Amino acid sequence: MTNNNNGLTEFAPMPNTEGYFGEYGGSLVPEQLHQVMQDIDKAYREIRETPEFKKELQQLHSYYVGRPSPLYYARRLSEHCGGAKIYLKREDLNHTGAHKINHSLGEALLAKHMGKTRVIAETGAGQHGVAMATACSLVGIDCEIHMGEIDIAKEAPNVVKMKILGAKVVPVTRGTKTLKDAVDSAFEEYIKDTENTLYAIGSVVGPHPFPMMVRDFQQVIGEEARDQIQELEGRLPDALVACVGGGSNAMGLFTAFLNDQDVNIYGVEPAGKGLDTPDHAATLTLGKPGAVHGFKCYVLQDEQGEPLPVHSIASGLDYPGVGPQHSYLKDVGRVEYISATDDECLDAFMTLSRKEGIIPALESSHAIAAGMKLAAEMASDKVIVVNLSGRGDKDADYVAQRLGL
Amino acid sequence: MSRIQTCFDALQAQGRKALIPYFTAGDPDKANTVAMMHGMVEQGADIIELGIPFSDPTADGVVIQQAHLRALKNGANLSWVLETVKTFRETNSTTPVVLMGYLNPIEIMGYETFVETAADAGVDGVLCVDLPPEAAGRFRSQLVEKDIDLIFLIAPTTTDERIGKICSQASGYIYYVSLKGVTGSATLNTEEVSQRVQHIRNYTDLPVAVGFGISDGPSARAISSTSDGAIVGSVLVKEIAAAAQAGQPESAVGRVGEKLAAMRTAMDNG
Repeated sequence: MTNNNNGLTEFAPMPNTEGYFGEYGGSLVPEQLHQVMQDIDKAYREIRETPEFKKELQQLHSYYVGRPSPLYYARRLSEHCGGAKIYLKREDLNHTGAHKINHSLGEALLAKHMGKTRVIAETGAGQHGVAMATACSLVGIDCEIHMGEIDIAKEAPNVVKMKILGAKVVPVTRGTKTLKDAVDSAFEEYIKDTENTLYAIGSVVGPHPFPMMVRDFQQVIGEEARDQIQELEGRLPDALVACVGGGSNAMGLFTAFLNDQDVNIYGVEPAGKGLDTPDHAATLTLGKPGAVHGFKCYVLQDEQGEPLPVHSIASGLDYPGVGPQHSYLKDVGRVEYISATDDECLDAFMTLSRKEGIIPALESSHAIAAGMKLAAEMASDKVIVVNLSGRGDKDADYVAQRLGL
Repeated sequence: MSRIQTCFDALQAQGRKALIPYFTAGDPDKANTVAMMHGMVEQGADIIELGIPFSDPTADGVVIQQAHLRALKNGANLSWVLETVKTFRETNSTTPVVLMGYLNPIEIMGYETFVETAADAGVDGVLCVDLPPEAAGRFRSQLVEKDIDLIFLIAPTTTDERIGKICSQASGYIYYVSLKGVTGSATLNTEEVSQRVQHIRNYTDLPVAVGFGISDGPSARAISSTSDGAIVGSVLVKEIAAAAQAGQPESAVGRVGEKLAAMRTAMDNG
């Protein structure tokens, strides 16, 4: 951060050339992966400046994804909370039903540009997997998705979609059988053939350049929201809210507002069965700095440095690490990281469904839950933007079963 | 002079090559770990690479991943590994021990505590798979102060510029990864490895040991004839896994010893 002429704090372009956001991030990979990470960084920096790439991505945004996604004033939800006006950034309306398509298209185009013949990815809830499978069939490249067995059972509709789209789904049976081990498994497969493969990480995590690249591809969310809210309200919002697992949709929304000091920013972590139980995944709230999966960040870990088996009702948030830029934004105090429990998430899931006719993903329901709570504490002339990062079709059966509907 | 250097000097004087077995501490169980180390030395090991258990060993193949998981299940962790080296040292003061592992457990213990405890226990070298030279500065200087070597990997994809950079920071020996892929991968091109090892020698006087893909006497002999030593992991860990699966953890020492003895014989009669 630096101080600009107005005495305001300004966020310098991040990360630095080694991929660090403050002390977080970097490229802590085995030597076998060092060169390919450099190659990806170089290829990405080249391609992102070319007019052809920009134009192709922009056209895909408009005609394929359906961007800009609407910024919707949720009147009945706001009235229900009895406070601030709640706007929803409708990433759930994107093609494939979540924000993940934004970076998946970018990564697939990059893979093609680099002459790779295959993309490997991990997925938790299956949203990144479906988005990646979609982007790969669009650009004509093989796709292999690693997914934990537990998540495969829970997110059956997404697994079927990936298969229809032509992706190979690799069940991960080791360790926690969830997102963390899906990342390990994808890494292992990747090291076997870095020449022909791109590992398309599904969030703002992993070694440099991924946290930067995925954020760049996602920041369209905040850029649009910033224009939209000024058009609708004639001013910037008082608060932004987004859920944080790895943190891609949150970085997507937050980035355009980081220098707007009057905008309070909240990241919502999964508190699972409660922060006083072992069954949560509130990494920034209760973790401490460490290193996993090739980068430094806050990590939920035991006193011997072992990542803990974490829990969230939302498979996409079930991760013991978190994006390095989020780790940095927590330390400098620019973003406040709060949490919502599984029960609060389910309540928000049902409330939004019944007040607005919008079924949110369980991941996004964490942001809705926190947004509702914040709105209730704010005056009626205040404005909150909540990132509705994905739709809840994939979770409908699970929730119905859990609530006995 | 460090134990590692003494070891390579002695081998060179005898015209022999180093046999460097790897296994994960705490696998198949904690009770047999020190016995495994001594057993390896008896069957011809010159240096022991002892794995620090970690749940997410991203550079390791399925065989060694499973070893890490077994060890963790047995309650093995970094503090215990350091105690184990100390116990080994009570009856062996010459065989170098290199700890091989991932960064996070060491970070959480703290570099200072780790380095001090490791020095006290008689650890000779550390190989931290996910700590590249550009991020190793502070850790390295603390290790150097206690005469502990920091060992780095060089891969087939490592550029010349980077080989120079790695060699300028490395001590003990260079670990050349003979294959693309994770540990336990299959095929090995001896000719290509030989050329790469010769190339690395342009950048350093350190011994160059080669790992990945060595599975028996002939491959150990072929690899060691082109380098200063053969590092063997997955094939031994498979024996440990078999012993664990048979419910006879104590048999692991013998099973591993048999494999090592065959490699030793092949290497010495090359």
